[in-house]
Amino acid sequence: MYTSSGSLGTTSRTVVPPGRAAAKALRHDTWGRLLIRTVGFTSILLTLAIGAFLLYRGTGSFWLYGHSPLDFIISSQWNPADTMEGGGHIGAAMFIAGSLITCLLALIIATPCSISLAIFMTEIAPTWGNRIWRPVIEIFVGIPSIVYGWLGLTVLVPFIREYTPSLTGFSVLAAALVLALMMFPTVTAVTINALDSVPKTYRQAAYGLGATRWEVIRQIILPVAKRGILAALILGFARAFGEALAVAMVIGKMKAFPTSLFDATVNLTAAIAADMGNTMEGSEFNMALWSMALLLFVISVLFIFTLRYLSNAGGDTHD
Amino acid sequence: MQTTSGLWKTMKRVGLAAMTGVILFGLVGCGGETASGGAGKVSGTVTAAGSSALLPLVKDAAAEFKKTHPDVSITLNGGGSGLGLKQVSDGTVMIGNSDVAAETKLPADKAKSLVDHKVAVVTVAPVVNKAIGDTVPGLTRDQLIGIFTGNITNWKEVGGPDKTIVLVTRPASSGTRALFREFALNNQEEASNKSLETDDSGTLLHSIASTEGAIGYVALPYLKNANNVTALAIDGVAPTLENTYNRSYPVWGYEHMYTKGEADGAVKAFLTFIMSDEFGKHIEDMGYGVASKIKEAK
Repeated sequence: MYTSSGSLGTTSRTVVPPGRAAAKALRHDTWGRLLIRTVGFTSILLTLAIGAFLLYRGTGSFWLYGHSPLDFIISSQWNPADTMEGGGHIGAAMFIAGSLITCLLALIIATPCSISLAIFMTEIAPTWGNRIWRPVIEIFVGIPSIVYGWLGLTVLVPFIREYTPSLTGFSVLAAALVLALMMFPTVTAVTINALDSVPKTYRQAAYGLGATRWEVIRQIILPVAKRGILAALILGFARAFGEALAVAMVIGKMKAFPTSLFDATVNLTAAIAADMGNTMEGSEFNMALWSMALLLFVISVLFIFTLRYLSNAGGDTHD
Repeated sequence: MQTTSGLWKTMKRVGLAAMTGVILFGLVGCGGETASGGAGKVSGTVTAAGSSALLPLVKDAAAEFKKTHPDVSITLNGGGSGLGLKQVSDGTVMIGNSDVAAETKLPADKAKSLVDHKVAVVTVAPVVNKAIGDTVPGLTRDQLIGIFTGNITNWKEVGGPDKTIVLVTRPASSGTRALFREFALNNQEEASNKSLETDDSGTLLHSIASTEGAIGYVALPYLKNANNVTALAIDGVAPTLENTYNRSYPVWGYEHMYTKGEADGAVKAFLTFIMSDEFGKHIEDMGYGVASKIKEAK
């Protein structure tokens, strides 16, 4: 370490001849570069391999069992055969609808709370907001989803059964509330970052012109941080969309479209988790589950692209 | 991804296990020790995967078996009947546990290469919330079918209180569901669009215990420590082991442990142990039935 740094400096006072020291440094450099590259490439390859594998497995329903992809998305006739012969129906519309409905509802519940708390913490009570709320929110981000699910099952479901028209408590409402609770810390944390990145000079200028705090928040900070907040919402939505465990525990997994908030329904992740172990590998049923997994993957990739587009475009509007 | 990485791991493990097995068997052979009956000096490795309903029994058997055969190492995994059948037919595991016959899931040629060991019997009972069970002690088969197909929707139609019936079911790929469908519902499809689905029997019992008017079905072992639920009689016959043995109660099936070809070595010793009278007592204590006690096999 010493020799290599000494050799690189302009005043070389080491015992090792500069040529050899340089060679050693170069060797270290090569090794380091090799290590980083190997690890980097491996993880890139791994990600690509997951994508390729999912693509291969997930499209099996279409080229092996001859189902049309459009039918898969819009049909609600679901009774795949657990054999190699196939011959069932794999319309997944129910699962897709269940995922979208619960996540959108969760977003509607979580968004106002998250944004309000973020504004409170950055604009209204920056000192103790930061000192107390920030760690609390960071802890909440790290709570495993099984805890949320369990909480939902033991508190939320009996509550809904008792005080709403829901017969069992397992319902769209329960799923949406659990998901809202789960995405709330993520959305809040990212929104805080977005609000923090609004330059201080904007606030000072606005206050200097005689704006009230409400006017500063509404007319300066929120518009400037708009894209960042949108990115936070998409991130929260993506997290909720891929969540399996917590939702599966409270959604009821009834294979039907919900007609009200209090009806049980089913979503993509819960349906995959319920049947993946018992189905024969390679059977029509199994392949249909892989197609659903592929759909989840495609949707999350779309989310990520939207996110990147938003954050890139967001960079141009200020700073 | 998860299944393949799991598969890889199991494959590696099996490879290693096979090697150790070969070496150990070689050593035993050189020593000139002869295995007498099933309780002789057996060593080697047993790997099994599959049915989660059968797993507790196999786990218990492994623990008992190891007391007398400390040289045998046993690796057990769940994963579902489909996975167990697939892996044993691929040679990934030595024993594939399944709630259903291999022919129902595997292609015929692959199923033919497997040898069936019927290690136990599992009886499936309809269960209801205790409040219902107190007024409706049993159902006729037609009533049961009516309820599960969604044609009967209120308990008062079958002599119970004025309460909406809540169906609680297992996933379409579940072995318990397959048994119940075949032998209790005369092969009629359940109304999936009207029933709550639960991944495992434990959760199902919890749902039934906490929901008024709920009905579902579980295997007898799960009813051992269940509270606030009642098992229903079908056509006046209670779901008990005795009634299963004398063939008066219809909803039961064999638990299968499949090997690829005839079992030998440690695997054979282990299967012999599970099917022995000595372990049969254990099987009944856990709530399963002993396969050999069935009056006329089906």
